[in-house]
Amino acid sequence: MPNAPVPLSWYLILSAVLFALGVAGFIFRRNIITVFMSIELMLNAVNLSFVTFSYQFKQVDGHIYSFFVMVVAAAEAAVGLAIILTVFKNRATLMIDEVNSMKY
Amino acid sequence: MTAIFFLVFAAFAVFCAINLVVQTHPIASALSLIGVMGSLAVLYLQLGGEFIAAAQVIVYAGAIMVLFVFVIMLLNAGAEGATFQVSRFVKYFGIFLLVGFLGLISFIIQGAMPKTDGVLFGAFQGTSLDVGRKLFTTYLLPFEVTSVLILIAIVGAIVLARKEV
Repeated sequence: MPNAPVPLSWYLILSAVLFALGVAGFIFRRNIITVFMSIELMLNAVNLSFVTFSYQFKQVDGHIYSFFVMVVAAAEAAVGLAIILTVFKNRATLMIDEVNSMKY
Repeated sequence: MTAIFFLVFAAFAVFCAINLVVQTHPIASALSLIGVMGSLAVLYLQLGGEFIAAAQVIVYAGAIMVLFVFVIMLLNAGAEGATFQVSRFVKYFGIFLLVGFLGLISFIIQGAMPKTDGVLFGAFQGTSLDVGRKLFTTYLLPFEVTSVLILIAIVGAIVLARKEV
């Protein structure tokens, strides 16, 4: 078959796999920057789901949702990286296990 | 053709995502994340999201990742030390469990999705014209609220990263 269609569920499965990997990175990594990048990976996986459903309903609403997700991710990256800079300035560490004063 | 492109870029995305989680150095993780975003942009294009594919490359892979790499370089973040001290059994059992979990999720999604025609490149074109028209009519209020959000984020980032804090 030269031009076989791809089942829509494959995109959703890929999205679920990427989301699960993002959760795994969020839980198992200790470097705060890598944890942050795992969050971005999860946001990307959700975007893929939005665009896939947008294809199914033949509407562009899903594209707009994922556009808003991108905007929120950009704002979050700016503020989050500023927080990381401040934490590093005060603590001189990037390991999340060592930033635990709010725990006790 | 569509299926080949999907499989190639999906495999690349999953490989890069695994690499992101496994690598210990943040720069390697950042490069893997750029790989994920690039292949996702290709998949968006396949699904007819030309505007969102361009925005993915420009905003995510361009702006956000440059910010990440900039901060990694600025903080001179090195490789993460030894992570959890887990036994070999737990590690392999965890990988086995993760694969089983993903297989279960795939099975559920496969069963729950209605049997539609499937994705063919070019069957649906969400052009920038459609996106723009909808963005400035139906979604005008969220769009305007977004500008306030970005303003707050800019001010917050400046306040947080100031010298005197």
